[in-house]
Amino acid sequence: MGKTAVEKIISAHVGHDAKAGDFVVADVDLAMTHDTTGPIAITAFREYGREKVWDASKVVIMLDHAAPSPNERISNLHSLLRTFASEQGIRLYDVGEGVCHQLVVEQGLVVPGDLAVGADSHTCTYGALNVFAFGIGSSDMSGVLLTGKLWLRVPDTMKVVFGGTMPKGTCAKDLMLHLIGKIGSDGADYLAISFGGDTIRGMSVSERLTLSNMAIECGAKVGLMEADEKTTRYLEGKYAREARPAFDDDDAAFRSRMEIDASRIPPLVSRPHSVDSVVPAADLAGTAVSQVYIGTCTNGRLDDLRIAADILDGRRVSANCRLLVCPSSRQTLVDALTEGVITKLAAAGAVILPPGCGPCPGTHLGVPGDGENVLSTANRNFKGRMGNNKAGIYLASPATCAASALEGRIADPRPYIR
Amino acid sequence: MENILNGRARRFGDDINTDYIIAGKYTKTLDFSSLAEHLLEDLFPGFSKTILPGDMIVAGRNFGCGSSREQAPIAIRCAGIAAVLAKSYSRIFFRNAINQGIPAFLCDTDSIAEGDRIIVNIGSTTVELPDRGTTLPMTPLSPVMLDILKEGGLVEYLKRHGGFVLDPQASDRPRREG
Repeated sequence: MGKTAVEKIISAHVGHDAKAGDFVVADVDLAMTHDTTGPIAITAFREYGREKVWDASKVVIMLDHAAPSPNERISNLHSLLRTFASEQGIRLYDVGEGVCHQLVVEQGLVVPGDLAVGADSHTCTYGALNVFAFGIGSSDMSGVLLTGKLWLRVPDTMKVVFGGTMPKGTCAKDLMLHLIGKIGSDGADYLAISFGGDTIRGMSVSERLTLSNMAIECGAKVGLMEADEKTTRYLEGKYAREARPAFDDDDAAFRSRMEIDASRIPPLVSRPHSVDSVVPAADLAGTAVSQVYIGTCTNGRLDDLRIAADILDGRRVSANCRLLVCPSSRQTLVDALTEGVITKLAAAGAVILPPGCGPCPGTHLGVPGDGENVLSTANRNFKGRMGNNKAGIYLASPATCAASALEGRIADPRPYIR
Repeated sequence: MENILNGRARRFGDDINTDYIIAGKYTKTLDFSSLAEHLLEDLFPGFSKTILPGDMIVAGRNFGCGSSREQAPIAIRCAGIAAVLAKSYSRIFFRNAINQGIPAFLCDTDSIAEGDRIIVNIGSTTVELPDRGTTLPMTPLSPVMLDILKEGGLVEYLKRHGGFVLDPQASDRPRREG
């Protein structure tokens, strides 16, 4: 009997052969926390009476969820995190550097075969780089800071194979919305998803990150992908450690296997207030949207901004709609400026926000009004998510969001693709 | 931790996410008492004011899905909720709840209604509904989660043990957690 890639990565981090169902204590290669979850983790860590974390070089702190700070309460939490990072010698990425998950992959803080944890549910994003990465809470993070280890149950794997070429107007986001709509918000609960197939192999790393990012939206612990030459190129020169890529054996025991024809997936939209409520964008055409948001750890990378800019170039955002654009990192912002992407977006009427989470977690920078609809490239549309429980949040690809911003209502992007 | 919990059901449905349990706009604080008043308010405005000692949240499938924010179980604890019963939990929330010392158990909650009296027996892993004359089985917690819960949460557990201690017999049991 062969092994899954997840079983192989965990085995390498526990020092013995581990299989799905086992309870293990695993070594952690990277621990990430941020301005929402970090203060509680640090407060808990201080209760242990230990002066130093287990290995400061393997810990990172990001200030991204409310950055720059909108009020004195959050400013003081930022100060707490800066002080802790400075005392401990931990790398801290301050306000404006970007959203945590983009920074982890872009800075090469993980390599294929790593086991990474983050005090943020979208830590599963790094699965796209063949990293077994998953979200944990603040107490578990305090335990990792103390010991460098975490207990876990080795998950079974659901194999999801995408085949075929995505049609014009369909983005990586649409593939993931399709999967979540199909299996539901708990369809992969307690499981690892292992993505495969020629559609995934044909994708850029940026597109792959979009799929893995949303693995948690169907309950998965991680959305793992194989490392290939694109992964290697993406990480080239960024890290000093040796990659240890892991692959699923053909005869591994998968919990289930699903094949999806990507060539048949149209642009999709997830409706309020549940990510798994997915319908074709065309079915919602005409639904008024007061605000469109392009950004986040799901879809704020250069590829995403390019898709939006190609649609918006030379056109003008509807007078009935606000378009907010938040590059996922400072590097994304610089690249998008250099390429002229930001100029196209701003000329079309976009408000450019500082790199970070932007309005996605509902703290600042674009809280919708009562009764307003928002169309967003983010990963969650729960009631109140963006700070107002009387607003409705729809989720879609950067293409669908850009086209909809032009109309001030949900629009199928295909007529706007040049 | 008490072995027997006596309380009243506060009923919620499926897919109650951590944004509903505590909205993101309230999470940036270390003043945990401020979280309690906003518990589940987007679904049930004023819910926290209706909580009586012993009240238990009884939910359906996938309770605690979404964000990893531990402010969610902290809000539940600080609001005075004695336990949570659900048909299934989202993985991260389940760990966080136990790490906060909240008795969070799995059982088939379909027959439990708002206001029902509930007696949770942790030792015998049963839920008794005296008004209905029925007793439901609970799925036992894994040994490591039960150990953490018995210590009152992960911080106390780690203070005592200094690290994670696993029972080597724990593997391969058909449990859904972690």
